[in-house]
Amino acid sequence: MERILFGDNQFFAVNHISDEKSRAQSIKFKDDQAIIKTLDDAIAAGINTFMCTTHDRIANICNIIRANPEKYRDFKIYPCMPYAHKYANAVTELGVTGALKQYVPGNFLGSLFKGGMAYLSKDYLSIMELLVDSEMKMFKGIDTPVIFLQNVITDLLLGLRANEIFIAFHQYIRKKYNAEAGFITMNMPMLLNVLQQGGIDNPVICSSINKAGFRMSGGKEIYEKTLQTKKVRAIAMQVLGGGAIPPKEAIEYVCNLPNIESILFGASSKGNIENTVSNIHYFDKQHA
Amino acid sequence: MGISHLSILGAHPDVEVVGVCDTSKMINDFLSKYGNFNCFTEYQKMISQTKPDAVFVAVPTKFHYTIIKDLLERNIHVFAEKPFCLTAAEGEELVKIAAGKKLVNQIGYHNKFVGTFREVKKIVASGYLGNIYHFIGEAYGPVVTNKKQDTWRSDPSEGGGCLLDYASHIIDLINDILSPVISSKGSLLKSVYSPNVEDAVYSLLQLTSGVSGVLSVNWSDDTYRKMSTSISIIGTKGKIVSDANELKVYFKDSVPPNGYSKGWNVKYITDLTDTVDFYLRGEEYSAQVDYFVKAVAGKVPNTINNFESGWYTDRAISIIKNSSK
Repeated sequence: MERILFGDNQFFAVNHISDEKSRAQSIKFKDDQAIIKTLDDAIAAGINTFMCTTHDRIANICNIIRANPEKYRDFKIYPCMPYAHKYANAVTELGVTGALKQYVPGNFLGSLFKGGMAYLSKDYLSIMELLVDSEMKMFKGIDTPVIFLQNVITDLLLGLRANEIFIAFHQYIRKKYNAEAGFITMNMPMLLNVLQQGGIDNPVICSSINKAGFRMSGGKEIYEKTLQTKKVRAIAMQVLGGGAIPPKEAIEYVCNLPNIESILFGASSKGNIENTVSNIHYFDKQHA
Repeated sequence: MGISHLSILGAHPDVEVVGVCDTSKMINDFLSKYGNFNCFTEYQKMISQTKPDAVFVAVPTKFHYTIIKDLLERNIHVFAEKPFCLTAAEGEELVKIAAGKKLVNQIGYHNKFVGTFREVKKIVASGYLGNIYHFIGEAYGPVVTNKKQDTWRSDPSEGGGCLLDYASHIIDLINDILSPVISSKGSLLKSVYSPNVEDAVYSLLQLTSGVSGVLSVNWSDDTYRKMSTSISIIGTKGKIVSDANELKVYFKDSVPPNGYSKGWNVKYITDLTDTVDFYLRGEEYSAQVDYFVKAVAGKVPNTINNFESGWYTDRAISIIKNSSK
């Protein structure tokens, strides 16, 4: 994985500290061209990996990338699935069964629901595989070396102790897409234990890691100890703690931690992208 | 919401989940297969077989009264999702039973566990805003955004409609931060897409403390990515505008409370949130479950979001409904 990954929250009005900023972003990135321009700014700053949700609009971005193979030759996408709001809205509208019927292709579910018989593990795993395939369609022809499970689903399954689904996801991503499975979570130490017990060695886990301890469940100390003592390929997100920490201080903290393979951040302006990138390079050099 | 509660409970170190009840065979099958949960399709059977200390009730509101009453009569502590009951009379009865039996009772109005709103309550209680004379409670989001939806949310007899759903959250916050709604000077319940229920609620409210203000709620507003709840409070010495992420407060006086200065102050949820042990969709969801678990263990008083506060909100809902006729 590259040291710096570019995120997509700003494109879809996801802002953890301000509804006003979120509206401003939604106005700024109304047109796909505005997203492409910002991605190009990130590429110019040396970032070649875009980590994004499977939001409907990403399909348009993928079309543009496919249409310009020369320009985006080294460009990679790390898809994060599912775009939770899409499913949450469908569940609100249609119920769990209705939502599954809408998103799982073919007649597979129809026969399951009608059957009235006991469900087998392989049925649930087939549903998972079909959902993964349907989310992956938009990335056809694009390099996707790591494919992530979104935190809402990861953490829901973690609490439900459905650990086998993580293992199955990991195996399926490797088998079908020849890629590495990644997991986004707000409960990194707990998830890492579960994955290790399931035989996944050195997993890719993306989680909030910041000096303020924001969204680091169980507390910052447990995260720091986990990073120091366990085998994990960690990606740090929310490194600015939603804006609560001064940027330099924030980056310095993350750069000094062991086992952080990549830093994920999103920004709307060229200036902010360049600043963050140069801060990361600066503190990496200091630490080296 | 039941599945999120279960996930949070499943990860809670002080909780043993002894039984889960759902009407869906597919969900039960999934939960027992992967999470090793003991699943039932009839709640009475679950209760008599598993003998729980406490039960989380996350079913459509129309079933609340019967199920909660039954649980209380069996001496079981209850956490119920919001809104409390379909009528104020039902809720009043349950408040009395729970109090009489000294059972822990809580409603899932999670906003009271959101750091910014907690801070608003503190500032209001401190009196630094001077004489409060107006408030605006708002909630907007994209729940019903087209005509074709047909779930219990679109059925008034099952607790559907924006008033019992989106509006209840902000009414509950107003009740808690300022004081309970006592009357309405007029309300508009508007249908935007739903044929049988309201999709928007606008109301002029009067509180027991004498303060009056405006309620403006719309769950058919798809300019919002997700639900956005906010409250503005205006007094002679200051003003607050807060949502779940950002608290803006203006103090006219040169002696504002500790940690604030004269003029505008902005605080973010990142400064006002306590870390939880397990996170799913928001600290507040884990915090409210943890509070309930601690209340059952006798470690905290059963004062936040108890049935009585839920009943005040039910009462406000019927006041608004009646004033719209």
